[in-house]
This record gives sequence, structure tokens and C-alpha cells, in this order.
Amino acid sequence: MPSPATLAQKLIARAAGRAQVTPGEIVTCRVDLAMFHDSSGPRRLQPRLAELGAQIWDRDKVVLVIDHYVPEADEESRRIVKIARDWAAEQALPHVYDSMGICHVVVPQHGHIRPGMFCVGGDSHSPTGGAFGAYMFGIGATEMLGVVVTGEIWLQVPQTIFMRWSGRLADGVSAKDMMLAMLARHGMNGGRYQAVEFCGEAVAALPMAERMTLANMSAELGAQTGLVAPDDTTRAWLAAAGAADVDTTPWHSDEDAPGVRHAYDGSTLAPQVALPHSPANVRAVDDLEPTRIDIAYIGACTGAKLDDLRAAARVLAGYRIAPGVQLLVAPASLKDAAAAEREGILRHLTEAGATLLPSACGACAGYGAAIREGATVISSTARNFKGRMGSATAQVFLGSPYTVAASALQGRIADAREILS
Amino acid sequence: MRVWKLPADVDTDQLAPGHTMKHGLEVTARHCLEAVRPDFAAGVQRGDVIVAGPNFGIGSSREQAASVLVQLGVAAVVAPSFAGLFFRNAFNVGLLLLTCPQAGRIADGEAITFDARAGRLTRAGGEALPCDPIPGFLLDMVEAGGLLPQLRQRFKPAQEPR
Repeated sequence: MPSPATLAQKLIARAAGRAQVTPGEIVTCRVDLAMFHDSSGPRRLQPRLAELGAQIWDRDKVVLVIDHYVPEADEESRRIVKIARDWAAEQALPHVYDSMGICHVVVPQHGHIRPGMFCVGGDSHSPTGGAFGAYMFGIGATEMLGVVVTGEIWLQVPQTIFMRWSGRLADGVSAKDMMLAMLARHGMNGGRYQAVEFCGEAVAALPMAERMTLANMSAELGAQTGLVAPDDTTRAWLAAAGAADVDTTPWHSDEDAPGVRHAYDGSTLAPQVALPHSPANVRAVDDLEPTRIDIAYIGACTGAKLDDLRAAARVLAGYRIAPGVQLLVAPASLKDAAAAEREGILRHLTEAGATLLPSACGACAGYGAAIREGATVISSTARNFKGRMGSATAQVFLGSPYTVAASALQGRIADAREILS
Repeated sequence: MRVWKLPADVDTDQLAPGHTMKHGLEVTARHCLEAVRPDFAAGVQRGDVIVAGPNFGIGSSREQAASVLVQLGVAAVVAPSFAGLFFRNAFNVGLLLLTCPQAGRIADGEAITFDARAGRLTRAGGEALPCDPIPGFLLDMVEAGGLLPQLRQRFKPAQEPR
């Protein structure tokens, strides 16, 4: 009998070609999927591959997403994006998504990530893939070069930190609030580069997009990956994304698997806000001093998926945002934007006064249209480090799409529950 | 080796500010740590050591956050803990990290020495501080100058005529 194992251990054992693996040991894994974008990918890989005289180990396992420097705002951006496009053509890459949205959303939306896979991404929010029961983590450009020429990567088998959420979330409370509450308790490196697994009734009740928000911000917890065991919700979502009939049965933690366990009550959770300049600098929205805002930003892989846009529209439909406030909405992908259009959500948002921006990384990482100096911002993104959004003097608060929308409406950081009830 | 003291939670966006990223490493190097230690980029000398608080390198996967320190000649970063992704990136680009639980005892401007394989650093007054052991293959990598020189070794011979 093999000893009880966590989902993370099972995923790693499969990729390492082993019956089982033990936390702490260092193993080499075969990579099923390597994802990178225009910022971390071709401009770094192309000259080095040429120098090494090496080839991509398996083109079919590589996905390129052009999302950081588009739409091209200046000469440098044009140069970087051109390198990516030229290289993709020269290498005849079969999977390229150019200006179609943000990699962490676009890649699963095209059925590339399935339960049981072992994946790396050239971006820190790559743990997003963990929402589908795949082991996925971010690596830098040099390490990506190693993966691209060998198809392998080393890994120290992590412990698993179980975040068990009981109860059901109240209306107007979302995965973003759950994550900010976990960051408040554990801090930005509380994940210690181990695997986090989100579980319990409140997690099982979340739609895929919300699970992706949890997995995505595992990066902020400092975990290597953030996992949700796949279930019927996963299967249904993947079938719609073109990955039908995936087998989810092996991919769960055994009941008595080893790990660290933390308990949270979803039913009593209030909306949470991270204050400048750390995602772990968190207060419940009701405990905040009155905070006037200049800009409300709904964007990024973390906070502008279809479900995030739906949440914002539920708050804003039929209202106008406060005078003097700028509401910026950058849907995470073209697919999400198109679905939001069909559902009438985009119209609700623009009629409320929102300005629609391209589906790209944009202001989240200080690319493209940056936030102006001195502005107070409430944002549905993942990070509010000083200067992150392109202005060192901006005060950036983080909240859920509900909170951002409610704040745009009231001109100050606000509790969406008051508007929804 | 002069010590540059830095606070806890130094993030990748402070090491390699996003607005500099499209201009290349030389430009990023001029702005390295400008938000926390404005005198660093211009003042750091080859062989200097950074001693920081916990969680050094939190944030993004951009390895420029590590390679910018190599570019500036930093010999090692010493901290009680590092972000895991930054840890991997650092060794991959040839930057030595020493995980030292008692790093906080070291003063700004102090001269220290270290022995990475022995897992020890020595303060100006002779006090020895233990560091967590580093797997041998990572020490080999950092001594080789990072993963790229190792890959050159692995792939170049295949190019030579036999």
C-alpha cells in the first residue's frame, strides 16, 4: 500500500515517473506544458537558443501568449512584440495567442491545462493553472530556457498547506476576499514556497473563475503552487473550453495525507481590502477609515474574468459612478469580453460610466496606460507594491470586483453588500 | 565586502522597476532599489553584500530582479528567508543567496566574509553566523555562473565536428 499522499505529491510523482515522492526530496519532472509571454519569453529565449544551437524539445507543449506589451504603446513595445511574432513564425509554434487576453486566462480557456498535468509558466501568477488540478508554477526566463531545451525541471517536493473553508460566502463576498483574509493571517511569504491546497465547502461551491483567483494569488502567499482538487465544476468548464472527458478521479489528496491545516469560516467573511503597499496589509472593508478614490480599476488575470465582470455589473447596473471618479475596465480575455458583451454586462458597465480598455496586462504591471501620479486607486488586481502600477506616488488599494464597483459608485472605498441588499 | 542593509519584504518591483524593464539591464541597474535605498545603485561596489530582512525577493517572476544584482557586482544576498521563485532565479543567473536566520545582527557598512559550501558567514568582529545548507547542484550552478553556462557545456559539444 502506498502511504497517503497529497494532490501535490501525486502530481509530482506522476511527472517524475515515480510511485511516490516525499516532501523535502529533490526530483526531476517531465514538463507537460510550458507557457510564456512576450515579456519573459521570445525576447529572452530567441538569442540564447541560437547561441546554444538547441531546439525546442516539443513545440506542441509550448504556448506563447502576447499580452504584456500589447497594444504597443511605443517603439520599445513594438520592438519586443515584433520579436515575439517573428520568432513564433520562424519556430512555427502551433499554439500562439496574440492580443487575445492575459496568459493565465487565455491558456486554460483554450483547453491547454487539464487535471493531472505538470506545467510551468514564465510568469509569477502561473499557479493559476492549479485551479484545474494541474501542478503549475512560475519560473524565470533562464530556467524557462532550460525547460525549453530539455523538457525537464527540478523541484523540491513541497509540503501541502491545506486552507479549508467551511460554510458559504455571503452575497457580495468573493474568492478575492478569501485570499486577502488568508494573506492577512499568513503574510506574503506564509506559503513558504510549499503547495497550498484550497478545500472545503466554500471552495467546492466556487465557479472555476473564482477558483482561478485563489490559485492565481497563491503567488502572493509565496506558495509554489495553489491547488483545487478537480470535480464536476472543473469537468464542465473544461468541456466548454474544448477539453472534454478529462479524468479527474486520481487527482485529490488522500484523507489522511500529511500537511499543515488551517481552518476558515466562509459564512462570516466580510469584504476585505489591502491597503498600500502590500497585498498582506489587509483590513475588513468596514474597519477602513473613509477613503476617497480617484480611479477604480477592474483588470488583470486576478480580477477581470467573466465572473469578475458579472460581479461588477451586478453592483453598477442602472447606476452612474460618482463624479470625478474614473472607472477603468480591462476584461481579462477577448473570450470574456465577448461573453460579457452577449450577456449585456459591458453595456451595464459603460452606461454606468466605465471606460473599456484592451484585454491585456495593462496598468496592473505598469505597462501601457499607467496610473497617474498621486492617484488613489482601488483595484481588483493582485499586487499593490509601491510603483507597481507605474506611479510611485499612487496609493493603491486592492479589493474584489464587487468592492471596486461599489467604490466607483460611491467615490470612496465601499461595501458592495449595502448596494446588493 | 561592504554590507548594504535592506528592510524586510524587498520585492522584485523594487529590485527591477517595471517601467525600466523594456530598456534592458543597464537601465534597470541604474534604478535598482531606488524606492527603498536611493544611494544603492550608484554606490554599490563589486564584491559588496546585501543583508536584508525576511522575504527578500517577493513578487514577480522577473529574473532581472536577480540578474540586476549580478550586473551591479553584488557577491551575495544574505537574509533570514527568500521568496521561492526569486531563490530559483538567483541561482539560475549566478547570484548566491545565503539563508541566515541571524542576518539581523549584521550592521550596515560592516565588512563580512562567507563560505557558502561550509554554510557560514563571519562578521567583522569574528562572530560566525550559520547559514542553511544549499544543495550541491545549486552551488555548482552558481559557481559556474548560472544555468546558461551549464547549458553551454551541455549543448556546445554537440556542435563540434567529431
